Amino acid sequence: MGVEKKRYLSQLEAEGLKEVVPDSFPGKVIPAGNGGNIVVTTLDSVINWGRSNSLWPLYFGTSCCAIEMMQTGAPKHDFSRFGFEVARPSARQADLIIIAGTIVNKMGPVLRRLYDQMAEPKYVIAMGACAISGGPFYYNSYSVIKGADHVIPVDVYVPGCPPRPESLLEGMIMLQEKIKTENMKQKINPIDGFDEGNI
Amino acid sequence: MKNEELQIIINGLGENLEFTEEGSEYLTLTVSKEQLHAVCSKLKTEPDLKFDYAFCITGMDWGEELGVIYHLESTEFKHAIVVKVKTEDRENPTLDSVCDIWRTAEFHEMEIFDFFGIKFNNHPNLKRLFLTPDWVGWPLRKDYVDEANMIVK
Repeated sequence: MGVEKKRYLSQLEAEGLKEVVPDSFPGKVIPAGNGGNIVVTTLDSVINWGRSNSLWPLYFGTSCCAIEMMQTGAPKHDFSRFGFEVARPSARQADLIIIAGTIVNKMGPVLRRLYDQMAEPKYVIAMGACAISGGPFYYNSYSVIKGADHVIPVDVYVPGCPPRPESLLEGMIMLQEKIKTENMKQKINPIDGFDEGNI
Repeated sequence: MKNEELQIIINGLGENLEFTEEGSEYLTLTVSKEQLHAVCSKLKTEPDLKFDYAFCITGMDWGEELGVIYHLESTEFKHAIVVKVKTEDRENPTLDSVCDIWRTAEFHEMEIFDFFGIKFNNHPNLKRLFLTPDWVGWPLRKDYVDEANMIVK
C-alpha cells in the first residue's frame, strides 16, 4: 500500500472515493467534517501543528549515518527549516530520536534507557540499513542487533547506506505528516505491549 | 636502519629465527613461543635496536594455528619490525605475556584473550575486556558458532 501524499482521507470521499476501514482495524474511525467533532479536531490540528513543527531530535549517532545526520543539520540541507531546530544532547529535552548507526548488543540497553528517559510523546526514526535490519556488513555477527525495532518501537524507517540528507529529510517530513494525523482521544503509546510483542 | 641491517643484528639474538619479508614494509620475524619472551626483551634492551614502543598487538586465527602479531617501533631510531608467534594448541593456547617489557601490552593481551581465548602467562589481570564476563566462547575464532545471531553458510 503506497502512502497517499497529496490528499487526506477526508478529502477522498468528496471525489467519490470511499475510504475502506478493514474489520481488523483496532480503533474506531471518527469521520471528519460532520460537525460533531469540530472543536476536538480543530484543537487536535492546532496541537499537532505545533508539535510536528517543533520536534527536537536527540543526538544519537553510533556510526557513519551520523555524518549524514550532521550534514542534514548543516546549512546546505538545514533541517531547522522544518522545525527540527535544536538537536539536544540530553534525552530529557528531546522528543525525537534519530537512530543513526549500528546498534550492538552492548548499546541496546543504553538505547532503551535513553528512549525511556524521553518525555512523551516521543518518536523514533531508524536511519540506514544498520538501524533497520542490522546492516549490509555486520548482520552476520555475534554482536549486532538485527534492527533497532527489537529494542524500541520505530515510527519511520529511512533506508540507505547511509541515506542521503534528502532521504532523511523526507523521512522527517513523513514523521511530521504522521504526527498531524494524531488524535488526542485515541493516542496510543507505542511502547505499551512492545515488550510482549504486541506491536 | 634498513631491514637487511636489522636482520643481521636480530639474527644474533636467538636460534632458529625465521625471517620473511612477504612484500611488506616491515621486516617480519617469526619466533617460537618458547623463545618469545627472551627475544622480545632483547629487542628492547639491545643498544642498536631499542624497540621501546609496541604500537600494535593483534590476535590472529590462521585456521589451524592461533597466534599473536607484534608491531614494534623504536622511538629513537625510527625503525620498525613485526614479530609473529604461533601456537597449534587450540584447546588451551598459552603464550608468554610481554607486558613486563611493554606496559601497553596489558590491554592488548586482555583484548586478545577476550576474542581469541589465548592465555598469557604472568599477565597481571587477564579477564574479559569488551564482552560481558559471562560470555561463552571466543567470537573472533574461525570456528566460532553462534546459532542465534549468525547465519551458517
